[in-house]
Amino acid sequence: MAGDLQRREPQDFAERQARNRRVSAGIVLLFIFFFLAVGLSVDYLYLDAFTPSGPPFAIATVVSLILATGITLTSYYQGSELILRSLGAEGLDLQLPEHRELHNVVTEMALASGCPMPKIYVIFDPAPNAFATGRDEQNASVCVTTGLLTLLNREETQGVIAHELAHVRNDDILLMTLVTILLGGIAILSDWAQRSFNVSRSRQGAGGKSALLVIPALLLILFSPLISRLLAMAVSRQREYLADATGVEFTRNPLGLAKALGKIRDAAMPFQLASRGTAHLFFVNPLRRSVDDREGRLADLLSTHPPIARRILLLYQMGGLPGGLKG
Amino acid sequence: MKWIVLALIVLAVLWVIWAYNLLVSLRNRIQNGWKQIDVQLKRRHDLIPNLVEAVKGYMKYEQDTLQKVIDARSKAVSSSGVKATAEAENLLTQSLGRIFALMENYPELKANENVLRLQEELTTTENQIAFARQYYNDLVMQFNIRQEIFPASLIAQFFNFKPGEFFSVPETEKTAPRVDLSLPR
Repeated sequence: MAGDLQRREPQDFAERQARNRRVSAGIVLLFIFFFLAVGLSVDYLYLDAFTPSGPPFAIATVVSLILATGITLTSYYQGSELILRSLGAEGLDLQLPEHRELHNVVTEMALASGCPMPKIYVIFDPAPNAFATGRDEQNASVCVTTGLLTLLNREETQGVIAHELAHVRNDDILLMTLVTILLGGIAILSDWAQRSFNVSRSRQGAGGKSALLVIPALLLILFSPLISRLLAMAVSRQREYLADATGVEFTRNPLGLAKALGKIRDAAMPFQLASRGTAHLFFVNPLRRSVDDREGRLADLLSTHPPIARRILLLYQMGGLPGGLKG
Repeated sequence: MKWIVLALIVLAVLWVIWAYNLLVSLRNRIQNGWKQIDVQLKRRHDLIPNLVEAVKGYMKYEQDTLQKVIDARSKAVSSSGVKATAEAENLLTQSLGRIFALMENYPELKANENVLRLQEELTTTENQIAFARQYYNDLVMQFNIRQEIFPASLIAQFFNFKPGEFFSVPETEKTAPRVDLSLPR
């Protein structure tokens, strides 16, 4: 099974990075196109922009394009700070022995992966979890919860940090950060479109407009949250398996990561601060959803994280141990 | 016809430049990787006397082992060159490992914050040496493979590139760890 995964995934870091950058560019284009489409349909349907009686230029289109560009630039340059701030992450206090150990572990893994040293943050929360964000290797941040530090020993923390640095090395972080912020953008837009739709319906009927155009606009408004969800889900599951494998390449110790996953699963604590918009960033799914424990094509499509049991199984197989062990 | 020949020559020259630059950049990364190891080795050399000083009072019956560590350290400090350094450092790693194992027998040591701090520092330095070595050896392997496979090997020979030297792993670490699969009952 591990063999299949490797055949489907590019072997080389440069190749994975190139692919992730391509997907990132695609998502940005899709995002801007989406804003353009929504802006145009709002102009056409509610503001009568393309008729003599309407405003002199397509206001909603221009506004939504400016908005889309602004959000994209913000999420590229400021995305990681926004995410860290919204989750209440704080810098390390090197006087504390636990934080010093974390700092040391990250230094070790940075050496093993050949990355520059990332910035390190902690979140004061008992739920064990971790994530990485940033736009490239030079501007990367790794963040863990205090719950993770108390639950895991040195070897296991090393496994988790290796997994996060694998995301950095594969350039997953740019993609994940963009998706997180742009996801928020689409959610705002669909709220706004819905509201303006309600207002204009109460003022006048949809009369005079072709019903053929109302339906796609409505669909767009209705399905935009779903589209954004699907986006996040589609990009995440394979990447988690790949980051596990790459992390093991750094530590040469699959058992550390496997034990960490087992402990986190047994702790079974959902992370309160995470929302549907940030869930895909994390090491294990912070929102406990039953779809994550399933396998198969539908679950692959709908879930942001692979089932923990399967991740552990694959790690034991990498270590040359039978996967049936209760880990 | 003339243009085709000219284009081929230009392509060949471009390929030579590309292959040469790749080799040079790999060689620089190897040198940089070696520096990373060197920094950690120096740090370890600085930390060891402190640790020995801190545990000497407690570990009265282990003076032999402590003396061995001190000797191994001074040998490692004075060695030079990749191969000699690797051998001396491997010896030091082994003797340090023995101290760490013996420290388990002294519960008072675990209550001493200074010792704990030194132990964590030394543990991370050990790990950093191991990971820096792993990264270094991977780079050396890439570099050597690049020099050996066919068209690039011509460039390597012409510009007189030398294969990189591995930072060797001691025999004891090479044997695969034995895993006990019997379930505890």
